[in-house]
Amino acid sequence: MTAPGQPLLALRGVKAYYGNVAALKGVDVEIREGEIVALIGANGAGKSTLMMTVFGAPRAREGEIRFAGRDITALPTHEIAKLRIAQSPEGRRIFPRMTVLENLQIGGTVSDAADLSADLDRVFTLFPRLRDRQHQRGGTLSGGEQQMLAIGRALMARPRLILLDEPSLGLAPLLVQQIFAAIRTLNEQDKLTVFLVEQNAHHALKLAHRGYVIVNGEISMQGSGRELLQRPEIRAAYLEGGVR
Amino acid sequence: MPREGKLDRPPDLPAALKEAAIAALVAFGLFVLLIGIRTDQGPTGALVFTTRFGALAAIVAAVFVATALRALFWRRIVLAFGSVAPIPIKRSAARLANYAAAAFLGFALLVPIVFYGNRYLLDLGILIVTYTMLGFGLNIVVGLAGLLDLGYVAFYAVGAYSYALIAQYFGLSFWICLPLAGLLAAFAGILLGFPVLRLRGDYLAIVTLGFGEIIRFVLLNWQSLTGGPNGIPGIPRPSFFGLPFNASEHGFAATFGLHYSPTHRIVFLYYVILTLALLTNWVTLRLRRLPIGRAWEALREDEVACRALGVNTTNTKLTAFAMGAMFGGFAGAFFATRQGFISPESFTFTESALVLAIVVLGGMGSQLGVAIAATVMLGGFELFREFHQYRMLVFGIAMVAIVIYRPRGLVATRAPSVSLGKPKDISAAAVGDARTETPA
Repeated sequence: MTAPGQPLLALRGVKAYYGNVAALKGVDVEIREGEIVALIGANGAGKSTLMMTVFGAPRAREGEIRFAGRDITALPTHEIAKLRIAQSPEGRRIFPRMTVLENLQIGGTVSDAADLSADLDRVFTLFPRLRDRQHQRGGTLSGGEQQMLAIGRALMARPRLILLDEPSLGLAPLLVQQIFAAIRTLNEQDKLTVFLVEQNAHHALKLAHRGYVIVNGEISMQGSGRELLQRPEIRAAYLEGGVR
Repeated sequence: MPREGKLDRPPDLPAALKEAAIAALVAFGLFVLLIGIRTDQGPTGALVFTTRFGALAAIVAAVFVATALRALFWRRIVLAFGSVAPIPIKRSAARLANYAAAAFLGFALLVPIVFYGNRYLLDLGILIVTYTMLGFGLNIVVGLAGLLDLGYVAFYAVGAYSYALIAQYFGLSFWICLPLAGLLAAFAGILLGFPVLRLRGDYLAIVTLGFGEIIRFVLLNWQSLTGGPNGIPGIPRPSFFGLPFNASEHGFAATFGLHYSPTHRIVFLYYVILTLALLTNWVTLRLRRLPIGRAWEALREDEVACRALGVNTTNTKLTAFAMGAMFGGFAGAFFATRQGFISPESFTFTESALVLAIVVLGGMGSQLGVAIAATVMLGGFELFREFHQYRMLVFGIAMVAIVIYRPRGLVATRAPSVSLGKPKDISAAAVGDARTETPA
């Protein structure tokens, strides 16, 4: 447990580079236990980089990343995962030639083997479609089902914090609503802390308790989700012409 | 691939002729110097220039006709028999594969009994099973873990030399050396694994290729230990629980009251390698159900995702290399004891290529496919021994045909390694299509 007032995940002055190109130019982000925090920004602003930097790929060249009070800046990626930070990465990255069940089992790598069937049940209750398709290969699923699989796979680790990268990307509006409803359920019922990276600013900010806006590798704005939704700059940059 | 279209569409003659003409032109360009012109050594020793325009014309004509026929009729044949096969037929084909595997195993067990009198066929059988085992071993690295290894023969060599040297210097028997050879080969696998941890695809292939050659050159040049190009002769033969296969009164034949025959040893060797191959197969199938085997497959699919899910990719890769190498080492020790003589000659890149071809042709990750591919390839080599100068040509054509028509190998359906309840069958083609259609 984190001490009261102490954030579950904290990034301080994090700088990350691809080669010599700075992708993050000193980012500060805090996520407290039980929160849904949204990170919004345009293409190439550094949203996904920020998320992957938490996992050490790319590694933060400067600054510090702490999870539950522990410095994880230099920890190997798979060790970070063992601390029960899970992610549904950009582009979902499910294992296409393995079955849904096998995908979920890999997701459970860091958890106790004895919990496997209980964890599977939990995922199948949240996404009943996956139960029906458990013996199909991941690559044969539809986009929405693949997204469910990616989130389900992350949940198999019994995470304290789940990072979701663009869970709404390429999905029909109805499916987006389903996915977001599932995220809300996870947060409210299981007290799961969620860090959500989204281009779909409207949906994300409505769902999130707090939000950050990233522009060009720097956090340009932060505030509660409702507050950010009202800001004229945000409406102009991310909402007008988009979803109303 | 030209698989779309309707059955009732009439063949398009002008288009077919055009395609044939282009193919003929390419064939002409290719063969005009290769076949049309030839230089021979004349009676005085000078080169004599001869032309074979007749043969050239025949080949170009053959290409023209074949391409035209293919363009006209192939689509109908494929549509009639191939991709439109209804799902139930495909599903029963998958079931058929199970029976095929059982029949194949039954046949393999009976080979020494059926062909007892035929030494040549028994030797060929041993050769095929040896390569099947090598295929199984390499399948762990290439098929399951997705690490392209072009130097697999190195581990075969390490196993063979381990046995030969240990037997020579310490006088230990085959059965003690076998696990040692496997262990040493596994160690060599880890040794190779470390420097290539961060490499994938082409780069990994090049480094493993180099590793295979390094091992061969070490064997060739470390004369004091390995005998260099002269190899190691007089490697001891295996015994049957301490009973040697010879005509002495303590030999195998005398103990069991049989007339001595050299065939006993061949049959024994056959069953030894068959047992080893089946062991490899069994271990592979078991490992695939365990977390480590699943991690190998996940590694093949997506390394980044693996790491983010808490899979230690370093250990996963090293165990894949070590496992694959260990079975290569077992096969190598067997090879040494069967031949009685080994030299670096036996461990050239061609062997690596052959084993890799068996794995790829058989369908990566499919055990039955590997066994069939080994049988077809080595059996084919023997069958067409008189035409051995065309071996590489046929080999190349077979490879191209497989890549075009069965890009996932002969046996392309991979059974899920775990299932709750009744698994559903999905054809590999569907998986392939889905893969290309889903946005990344």
